[in-house]
Amino acid sequence: MPQIAQLAETYSSQIFWLLLIFGALFFIVGRGMVPKVVDTVSQRDTQIASDLAAAQAAREQADREEEAWRLRENASRANAQALVAEAKAEAGRRNETRLSEAQTRFDAQLADADARIGASRDQALSEIETVAAEAAQDIVHRLAGVQVPAAQAQAAVKEAMHHG
Amino acid sequence: MAEQAKVDPMHQFSIEPLGGTANWEIAGYNIAFTNSALWMLITAVVLTLFVAGGMKRQMVPGRWQMAVETFTGFIDDMLQANIGAEGRKYLPYVFTLFMFILFANLLGLLPLGVVGVHPFTFTSHFTVTGILAIISFAIVLIVGFKKHGLHFFSLFVPHGTPLPMIPLIFIIELVSFLVRPFSLALRLFVAMMAGHVLLEVLSSFVIDGTNAGPGFGVMVGIPSFVLMIAICALELLVSAIQAYVFALLTSLYINDAENLH
Repeated sequence: MPQIAQLAETYSSQIFWLLLIFGALFFIVGRGMVPKVVDTVSQRDTQIASDLAAAQAAREQADREEEAWRLRENASRANAQALVAEAKAEAGRRNETRLSEAQTRFDAQLADADARIGASRDQALSEIETVAAEAAQDIVHRLAGVQVPAAQAQAAVKEAMHHG
Repeated sequence: MAEQAKVDPMHQFSIEPLGGTANWEIAGYNIAFTNSALWMLITAVVLTLFVAGGMKRQMVPGRWQMAVETFTGFIDDMLQANIGAEGRKYLPYVFTLFMFILFANLLGLLPLGVVGVHPFTFTSHFTVTGILAIISFAIVLIVGFKKHGLHFFSLFVPHGTPLPMIPLIFIIELVSFLVRPFSLALRLFVAMMAGHVLLEVLSSFVIDGTNAGPGFGVMVGIPSFVLMIAICALELLVSAIQAYVFALLTSLYINDAENLH
């Protein structure tokens, strides 16, 4: 077994080189590089954690804003509906006034027309009376040969027409 | 009849000075640059390159960076689990220890023999594993006495020990504590050596069996070869497990020193 057979002649060189090389490794790799590697890992971990926290915060913010937007939206919708209702009512009122104005105007025209018709009829009636009186004068003259004065004929005609 | 293969399963563990450094000395101690030292150096270079490749420090890591971070994270988690928040400051040592042993074990298994180079597994030498174990044990002692002073000896008296039992328990616990560096060193050394000897012996079966004739080749050579492949896979696993065990036990022992019971 060389480990034992060569022990006396090699132990010092084994110890020397091991301590030298292992010591160098410890300082270069262990103290020099490993902390940086570990540091990178922990930096990444904190980065990930903070990113996640930021994402969570952003999400909550978005939720809040959506809620606020919804409230605003509902309010403005109600507002718009109120405006529409108001406009409708206003339009209805205006229609009504215009309709009633037109109605009064029509009524006035109608009454006017009625009056005119009445006047025309009265005139026509009086003309008929005159014509009837003259006709009656003429008829009496021809039948009875009596000359009836115009005023008498007219009164008789009026009385007959009044009696229907 | 082909000649017997000269397979010496122990030859792979022999240490040879390289390139005329056999007589290098410091204060009378030989410090020849041996094949063992060469493979320590190779391991160190490979490990440094590996970790350096993961130093791009990108927020979105590439594959290599991911691999390095997996290893540091693995050791970091182990220290957090065993020692607690205090464990972070031992990360450089335990990480270096774990990766050094792991890379040494794995590099020692490389089939470089096919190109004529022979990898040397220095973790199969108890001189090396012993030094590593002593370093770990020294850290435990230094941390324990620095942090708790003489109170550290209460580690050897578990809670609730009846008064008459204390001297006996103290001695038993003390012995089990003092055995730790030996068990730590021997476990790794034996596991690595056993695996390599087994592979070497099986390879001699393959060579000798096949040389002894076609019948032996089919009956002995091929099954041995199949077994070798399976054991190579097992050895890869053992390499990782032994490195893990070494690091895990080191962190458990440091936990004793940090937190007592």
